[in-house]
Amino acid sequence: MAYSFPEEVLEHVFSFLSSDRDRNAVSLVCKSWYEIERWCRRRIFIGNCYAVSPDIVIRRFPEVRALEMKGKPHFADFNLVPEGWGGYVHPWIRAMSAAYPLLEEIKLKRMVVTDESLELIARSFKNFKVLVLSSCEGFTTDGLASIAANCRNLRELDLRESEVEDLSGHWLSHFPDNCTSLVSLNMSCLGSEVSFSALERLVARCPNLRTLRLNRAVPLEKLPNLLHRAPQLVELGTGAYSAEIRSDIFSNLTEAFSVCKQLKGLSGFWDAIPAFLPAMYSVCSGITSLNLSYATIQSPDLVKLVSQCRNLQRLWVLDYIEDTGLEALAASCKDLQELRVFPSDPFGAEPNVALTEQGLVSVSEGCPKLQSVLYFCRQMSNAALVTIARNRPEMIRFRLCIIEPQAPDYLTLEPLDTGFGAIVENCKELRRLSMSGLLTDKVFEYIGNHAKKLEMLSIAFAGDSDLGLHHVLSGCESLRKLEIRDCPFGDKALLANAAKLETMRSLWMSSCSVSFGACKLLGQKMPRLNVEVIDERGPPDSRPESCPVEKLYVYRTVAGRRADMPGFVWKMDGDKALSADGSGNKPREVVERLGSSYAINFCTWLSYSLQSVPNTDARIITCMGQRNLFC
Amino acid sequence: MSRGNDAPPPEPEYLGALKTDLTLALPGGGGGPEAPKPPAKRGFSDTADLKLGSSCHEDEDSAVTQPPPPKAQVVGWPPVRSYRKKMMKSGKYVKVAVDGAPYLRKVDLQLYTSYQELLAALEAMFSCLTICNVVNERKIMDNINGKEYMPTYEDKDGDWMLVGDVPWKMFVESCKRLRLMKSSEAVGLAPKTTSSKGSSTK
Repeated sequence: MAYSFPEEVLEHVFSFLSSDRDRNAVSLVCKSWYEIERWCRRRIFIGNCYAVSPDIVIRRFPEVRALEMKGKPHFADFNLVPEGWGGYVHPWIRAMSAAYPLLEEIKLKRMVVTDESLELIARSFKNFKVLVLSSCEGFTTDGLASIAANCRNLRELDLRESEVEDLSGHWLSHFPDNCTSLVSLNMSCLGSEVSFSALERLVARCPNLRTLRLNRAVPLEKLPNLLHRAPQLVELGTGAYSAEIRSDIFSNLTEAFSVCKQLKGLSGFWDAIPAFLPAMYSVCSGITSLNLSYATIQSPDLVKLVSQCRNLQRLWVLDYIEDTGLEALAASCKDLQELRVFPSDPFGAEPNVALTEQGLVSVSEGCPKLQSVLYFCRQMSNAALVTIARNRPEMIRFRLCIIEPQAPDYLTLEPLDTGFGAIVENCKELRRLSMSGLLTDKVFEYIGNHAKKLEMLSIAFAGDSDLGLHHVLSGCESLRKLEIRDCPFGDKALLANAAKLETMRSLWMSSCSVSFGACKLLGQKMPRLNVEVIDERGPPDSRPESCPVEKLYVYRTVAGRRADMPGFVWKMDGDKALSADGSGNKPREVVERLGSSYAINFCTWLSYSLQSVPNTDARIITCMGQRNLFC
Repeated sequence: MSRGNDAPPPEPEYLGALKTDLTLALPGGGGGPEAPKPPAKRGFSDTADLKLGSSCHEDEDSAVTQPPPPKAQVVGWPPVRSYRKKMMKSGKYVKVAVDGAPYLRKVDLQLYTSYQELLAALEAMFSCLTICNVVNERKIMDNINGKEYMPTYEDKDGDWMLVGDVPWKMFVESCKRLRLMKSSEAVGLAPKTTSSKGSSTK
């Protein structure tokens, strides 16, 4: 029946499919649909850059225009992944520079990007439009200068939270005078001052500029100059939000804000002083997203600001807001969907603010649309968690960090099993959960039994035994990412649930009790997983097999062993721990089994795609029902 | 910190998987009747030990026993991103000019807690110089050039002041830039032996 439609018709139909899942499902229907789909796929998302290789991607999808990719494990954000671990984007850029001359977009997260890569991007892709580097590192402002100078049609340059070696602010001046295409510029992570006049001229000549996130070095007195030149801005990140307290500065700022009728998002506010907050009041009623998480303003001033933002949907704030401020938030902002409360003094021994579990309870009571929470606090109770769970059964993301590890319910001194149990039991749509506090195996039983939609779970200092891990691995059907640190989980649950790991993107375990022997066994039995041991004490085989490894990172892959492992990473391969310069790539046949949980009802026969990759002779047989391995 | 010891008996499938031989049999293989012995519960300090253990004991009973580390120093906890930590530190960078040097440097005044530390850092930065430590009136006579420099700074009002007169915190607050001036030019600013000033080095 597929043959009765000309390819062009099918291609046209497929062009309406934007979701990767839909496209993957389509490509598994039959060989000819697979072929047509792969020629017209324009966007690729690769959740783990080591799950697949550039060659494999390019061979299958020859006409890609947009790549989104992630590198290091999430716990790299908290310094748990040693420097030099990997996540290098350059091999991808090199391969794509030859294969995808029409590439327009590159979005990377937690990857190492060099100036060389940026220069190659600038030179290779004539129609390059979008560069988003989220939490990346390894490049300098010189690389940015190449991008600015050469990408004639650049629309987005977003460096969110990247660590950039800041040689000077001169890079911004490399945008040519005829560059008018910018829609989004986020330079908030940079330290150096850019030439303000260059910035002013750039902003003035880009009529489509919607998002402008300045860095701290842009002085507040000069912000009005920019706002007047870009009154169409939808998202603004201020620079430092302090200046000499002078009435002319204040009135200029107030006037400039009043001109920006489209503003929906505000961020920045470094070194904010309360005196200048009222300058923004005119835009507050339109604001839906507010990031005050770098503003060290106290609760009363925060409350005055926030209670004017009646349409607020997202608030990121420091714990200076305190319980009273959160109560006010709950009373004023009925559209609130996402709340993140960050700690102002995370390493202090004593609480410095009056923020407790009560603040979160208030918000859960007052904000009917609340679905996403990140909350740092110093005390929690089962009762509070149960209340929150009952108030907000539609919660999707719940991340709670009680600052003291293994802190019990402060009222009863019991573990917080019941509380988190209530969360997973009531919040049936929960996709992401991070837990803290005193937790036994019981909480994992609750999670395994109830958290059926859970995709990402983060655990620290919790559990009693392997039973806990077993509950999670055997019960959480939708689990994609599991990250564990400092828990007494060992070999048994891991090995008993080895097959589960092929259905997930990755597993991270650090400071647990997984032995070297178990890692080897896992690597031997599961050829489609890369089982990587990270150990800075030296080669794992210099210690007994029963010795626990420092860190373990397991991920599914069709690319085989990675070639860029540093000296402290070993891949478990059969009976050996292979380092990066171990024996050369062995011929492998990578066979993916039928994944019964993901069987689709279209067809029951396998569709084959035989590809030979030079040097590794890997044959990839794509099978019906196999979940997208890019995911 | 006491915990309830009432873990429910493991289900049969799990039992089957808990053979002492490490196998990858999927849960359900006929299990032995004996209940598995869960590894000893670990308190926080024990798990922290595991992380720090540099050698490994042959003990079946697992945990490396070392004295627990001070609680404050847990890597990556609480989970605050290094980007955020960096951004929260405001840092107070000021330019440092040295008479006769071809380029300026920058220092973050918040890295130091006293004039002593700052001057030591400046000496290290401009290693060929000796900087006159006006606070302690310690003249470090020496070396290559035999030149002495007086540390001065421009304050918020735009005036050039001698470093060391005001309390350290006030100095950090008001300093906009530093200049190491050749002593020979610093007429009239020679350090006095006035300990009654009471300017604290803190």
